[in-house]
Amino acid sequence: MEITELLEIVTVSRHFDAFVALDKVSLHIEAGEFFTLLGPSGCGKTTLLRLIAGFDQPDGGDILLDGKSILAAPPERRPLHTIFQNYALFPHMTVAENIAFPLRMAGIAKKEIQARVAKALEDVRLPDKASHYPDALSGGQKQRIAIARALVNRPRLLLLDEPLSALDAKLREQMQIELINLQKDIGITFVYVTHDQGEALALSHRIAVMDSGKIVQVDVPERLYGFPNSRFVADFIGKCNLLAGRVREQHGDSVIVELDGLGPVHVCRSEAKFAAGSRCALTLRLEKIRIAAAIVNPTDDESHFTGHVHDLLYLGDVTVYIVTLANGLLLEALLANSASGRTNFFEVGDQVEVAWSCDAGHLVLD
Amino acid sequence: MQGKSWSKYLLSLPPMAYLLIFFAAPTLIMLFASFRYPGEYGGLAPWYVHENGRLTFDLTLENWQRLLCTDIYLRLFVKSIGYAVAATLICMVMGYPLALMIARSSRKSRDLLLLLVILPFWSNFLVRIYAWMIIFSPVGALTRMLNGVLALFGAGPITLMYSPTAMLVCLVYVHLPFMVLPLYANLEKHDLDLLDAAQDLGAGKWRRFWLITWPLSLSGVTAGSILVFIPVLGMFAIPDLLGGTDGIMIGNVIKQQFMESRDWPFGSVLSMVLTVTAVAVVLLGSRLGQRR
Repeated sequence: MEITELLEIVTVSRHFDAFVALDKVSLHIEAGEFFTLLGPSGCGKTTLLRLIAGFDQPDGGDILLDGKSILAAPPERRPLHTIFQNYALFPHMTVAENIAFPLRMAGIAKKEIQARVAKALEDVRLPDKASHYPDALSGGQKQRIAIARALVNRPRLLLLDEPLSALDAKLREQMQIELINLQKDIGITFVYVTHDQGEALALSHRIAVMDSGKIVQVDVPERLYGFPNSRFVADFIGKCNLLAGRVREQHGDSVIVELDGLGPVHVCRSEAKFAAGSRCALTLRLEKIRIAAAIVNPTDDESHFTGHVHDLLYLGDVTVYIVTLANGLLLEALLANSASGRTNFFEVGDQVEVAWSCDAGHLVLD
Repeated sequence: MQGKSWSKYLLSLPPMAYLLIFFAAPTLIMLFASFRYPGEYGGLAPWYVHENGRLTFDLTLENWQRLLCTDIYLRLFVKSIGYAVAATLICMVMGYPLALMIARSSRKSRDLLLLLVILPFWSNFLVRIYAWMIIFSPVGALTRMLNGVLALFGAGPITLMYSPTAMLVCLVYVHLPFMVLPLYANLEKHDLDLLDAAQDLGAGKWRRFWLITWPLSLSGVTAGSILVFIPVLGMFAIPDLLGGTDGIMIGNVIKQQFMESRDWPFGSVLSMVLTVTAVAVVLLGSRLGQRR
């Protein structure tokens, strides 16, 4: 078997007194991957990053880089660098001196340092900022200098701790695109920590969703969004309707679920096996629900309900309709405001019909 | 807006007036006095005389010439600067690790440690010096123990009192908090992420200190050094009590001129030189501290 695994995290635990920050976490990160640790604050993602960087030691388990444990090495001797949330540029050094820092530490000759710093500044498109001090830079520029500094001596791995959280929304999107392209160009493995699921979906090759010190699901973005393995993941990634119910019967990948208050619905292409009678939740993405005054040509594969518009959120490109179904259950659905000259298709109080096909929803155990 | 800036000036008027009356004016008076003759019974002689119905100034450069015609005062200045430099350096070497340790300790213990640093201020300055006199006295426990140990190795007895060592110990003891407090104020504000970043980028313990912590603390080092250097430079109480005959500093001579010799003009000359030296050091220090 060919080994492409760069970083291996083996049953790593970390406790702070009684608080379990990491509980036997295991992960494999491949060379060249853009890997994201995603989770709410306090889930342990930053703790894990600090363990990889070496700022903290695990209470149990091992961390292997290229198959060798790095736990004994202090941070300064690990071939990986971190981008800090506030960039941590040295305020008393110029931009060029900042970028030269890791090269100086590695004992590289002055001449070569100059050449590589100049090249690094070119790469982040800030060649004229060499003699500026960090406090004369904008947030985005600081970010790029921090990246240039961390990449200038070609680490095996780059750790990024919520690097975009200090930027405003527009700049953040621009930096996301830059990060994707940068990672593709240089091919260095990125381990990225964020609590922003949108950012994680946009950037990553693979995402590990974390909660309370555990890894809940590791998958590519499309599968995390489409096939969450738990209520937590479904709820954390994107917007989602969660309809509670009980499994009635399963034939192959086709499941009949008795939804609380709504009655039986058909779920097809279910990957997991469910025991009859087990509690479950049907996760339904907002955009997968059809909403209309009257559903035309309903198919046999579709589940189909009537309700009233309870509330609506006009978001510009789309409008989210919150529909009360017959039993008082609230269901969110959205429609793109693509028709010209109209804003909303429905008003509060309108009677509407909602429908979804059997492969629109995804079942998780409750 | 206009009214606002006006009230700003009004607010700064009392301290300005205070400094003008009690600092600027006396300094000018001293400067002027340094060109006058001493009075017959101390004080100052009149600076003008009526002669043949004409008013003539009675000023002189003699006092300044007296400063320059012998090297005794120059040597005293050099010696005082030497003590001040030594005390400042010792305070820095001792105070820096202390300030760093306090700044890096938990928030709870920080308050207690700071309190301990300023605790000596709660007792009178002279009382603290007298305490050192007791410690250093030939019949004191410290001297006797030291000499006891020395005797074991066949070395002769030593005296601690009235020695440059005793003076330095006391100068450092009295001025250490003035070094620690500004250093602490500076170090406490440091962003610890910078140290993590430096370590992450390959810097070991010593390089983290010399390349990050030290350059970022220079303004605190400067402030602390000025606060120690200047009072030590003009110190007379400690040399008076602990210095013995060889231990006098320029401050003692100035005091002597005003109190015992009753030569105010020459005392003024020495004071002016001391003031200028101190100002020069402050300017030099703040220039160094401002450098990136």
